[in-house]
Amino acid sequence: MQYWSEVTLHVVSGKGGTGKTTIAAALAIALAKGGHRTLLMEVEGRQGIAQLFDTPPLPYEERKIAVAAGGGEVWALAVDTEDALLDYLEMFYKLRRAGSALSKMGAVDFATTIAPGLRDVLLTGKACEVVKRKEKKQDNAYDFVILDAPPTGRIARFLNVNSEVSGLAKVGPIKSHADSVMSVIASEQTTIHLVTLLEEMPVQETLDGVTELEQAGLPVGGIFVNMTRPPQLNAQQRAFAISGQLSAAEIDTQILRSGLAPNRKLVDALLAEASDHAERVDLEVNELQRLTEQELPLFVLPLLPSGIDLGALYELAAIMTAHGIGEGQ
Amino acid sequence: MTLDIDAILTDPTKHIIVCTGAGGVGKTTTAAALGLRAAELGRNVCVLTIDPARRLAQAMGLTELDNTPRPVPGISNGSLSAMMLDMKRTFDEVVQSHSDPGRAQQILSNPFYQALSSSFAGTQEYMAMEKLGQLRADDSQWDLVVVDTPPSRNALDFLDAPARLGSFLDGRFIRILTAPARGAGRGIGRIAALGFGIFTNVLSKLLGTQVLADVGNFVAAIDTTFGGFRERADATYALLKDSGTAFIVVAVPERDALREAAYFVERLNQDEMPLGGLILNRVQEVPETGLTQDQVLAAAQKLSADTTGALTAALLGLHAERMEIKGRQKHLASRFTAAHPSVPAQPVPAMTKDVHDLEGLREIGAALANQEITW
Repeated sequence: MQYWSEVTLHVVSGKGGTGKTTIAAALAIALAKGGHRTLLMEVEGRQGIAQLFDTPPLPYEERKIAVAAGGGEVWALAVDTEDALLDYLEMFYKLRRAGSALSKMGAVDFATTIAPGLRDVLLTGKACEVVKRKEKKQDNAYDFVILDAPPTGRIARFLNVNSEVSGLAKVGPIKSHADSVMSVIASEQTTIHLVTLLEEMPVQETLDGVTELEQAGLPVGGIFVNMTRPPQLNAQQRAFAISGQLSAAEIDTQILRSGLAPNRKLVDALLAEASDHAERVDLEVNELQRLTEQELPLFVLPLLPSGIDLGALYELAAIMTAHGIGEGQ
Repeated sequence: MTLDIDAILTDPTKHIIVCTGAGGVGKTTTAAALGLRAAELGRNVCVLTIDPARRLAQAMGLTELDNTPRPVPGISNGSLSAMMLDMKRTFDEVVQSHSDPGRAQQILSNPFYQALSSSFAGTQEYMAMEKLGQLRADDSQWDLVVVDTPPSRNALDFLDAPARLGSFLDGRFIRILTAPARGAGRGIGRIAALGFGIFTNVLSKLLGTQVLADVGNFVAAIDTTFGGFRERADATYALLKDSGTAFIVVAVPERDALREAAYFVERLNQDEMPLGGLILNRVQEVPETGLTQDQVLAAAQKLSADTTGALTAALLGLHAERMEIKGRQKHLASRFTAAHPSVPAQPVPAMTKDVHDLEGLREIGAALANQEITW
């Protein structure tokens, strides 16, 4: 099946340490397959995309950073609040020059400090501008926009810009800007994905995040379960491993059969690791069950022992493709 | 260099331990485990946590978020109290303790104050510092405060946010909003040159006039009641630079977390702040068997051909995978050590289970202090 065929804007959130930037990047590659153009955006000033793709820090400018099968292209943009504000002042008031003078004196920082909602509406506003942008009057500039968004704890507030700026302005340009942002974010064009690990805290935060987003009327897409270790043992073997019923003698025999010399330390290590692995897998099975109850599309991705580099992003993208994300090729 | 955590915990001249690091590296759990261990080594400890997981809070007997230290039962030797920070309540208390009831009410009901005290970037860090200062001042009850830093975009926010909020509240822009006419007469330099016409014009376009009026009222109200926010932030900053403080940087052997840890270590050096050491959580331990990863994989390959060898093949595969993870982790950690050779570090093995009780915290504390862990 193909997921989210109506969607242009994919927002990716997750608890810190779950790998949301990695998932956002792999998703941008997966969606680019089949000749599409995708834009991967970051808004937290961390330069996470540049680090992931091993490129110099990204400026406030869209740049091509990777390709995908079938002529697909992945572009990237690191959105900066000050620049986004200057864009905004220019667009609505032709005030770029006054704006940049104020910006040099720290006034932009001041304004976004008095009103943190302003920062968020500028950042989400930039994403929506890109989503709506047309080229040659017809085609969208990008087929898909993937936003590496703030963590789960802040995501609903970040996206729900209308209520954020409601204290600022009941009418006027900021209010209408927020309205136009909401008309994209709360529509079928947008979906919000949450990234988690199979551990208690991230899973709980994901479940809370889903509830919060749904209450705010925001569209939840899929749950990406990252860094899972595929179970090497079946349920019975795991039970035996935990209760200490795996046979050391049998493992010893098999080790000899494999051509290795007798190795007591290896047998002990394998037994200890088996029990450790089994406990971990049982915990993961339990957490996965809690996520399954959400009835949202669930995408399970493995822990890659070699770590995350550009090759690993393509590997994760291929797994997403196999799950039915994007067109594949 | 290895980290002797017990030497820090039992040093009677150490009164503050700050656990810091990127999000998701186990800062809160580490802070709780250090606090418990210090208490059982005889100290009177208060652990200040910012946002603990429910189970961890339960493990320490924290059932309510009431911004007051609560004694944790079941501690032998010294004593342990724990509290969760409620930033709004802490801010309210600061206001109430520095102004008469009428004025306090005026401030507390100001819409800008409400936004400032509940949702501002930087307020949580500022209030964590404020609370730390208060707990430290009450040294009849605690001789050691262990603080966990707020989950920030980056670890340096903890050091910078209070001063930023302080200078914002004491700063020139906010003065202009309070009294533009007065400001104009008193050389505020470039802003005057530009004309506040434009400044206030742009701001009211962006924010609306009501917000600016609320900010002005708020500043006027706090101005007469208590001294500068900046001064308060500076005082706590000085406390952190004192030799009675030890920063413990928490990381996991992954690229991003180690990069954050490196930034933080460099910043502490630059500001001459007392660094205790690095705790590296979730390291992969693999028993030494005298075999290389390739040998293990080759053996697994041979056995996977038939069903009788399948179980052992799977276990060998698991073993090889762990060797690879360990190899990668060690490589990342060695890059950190090469760049920061003088930072004492302590590896802590990955735990299979989440922490649910004091016993779990005790185990982590023991691992933190176990200098036998060679990794």
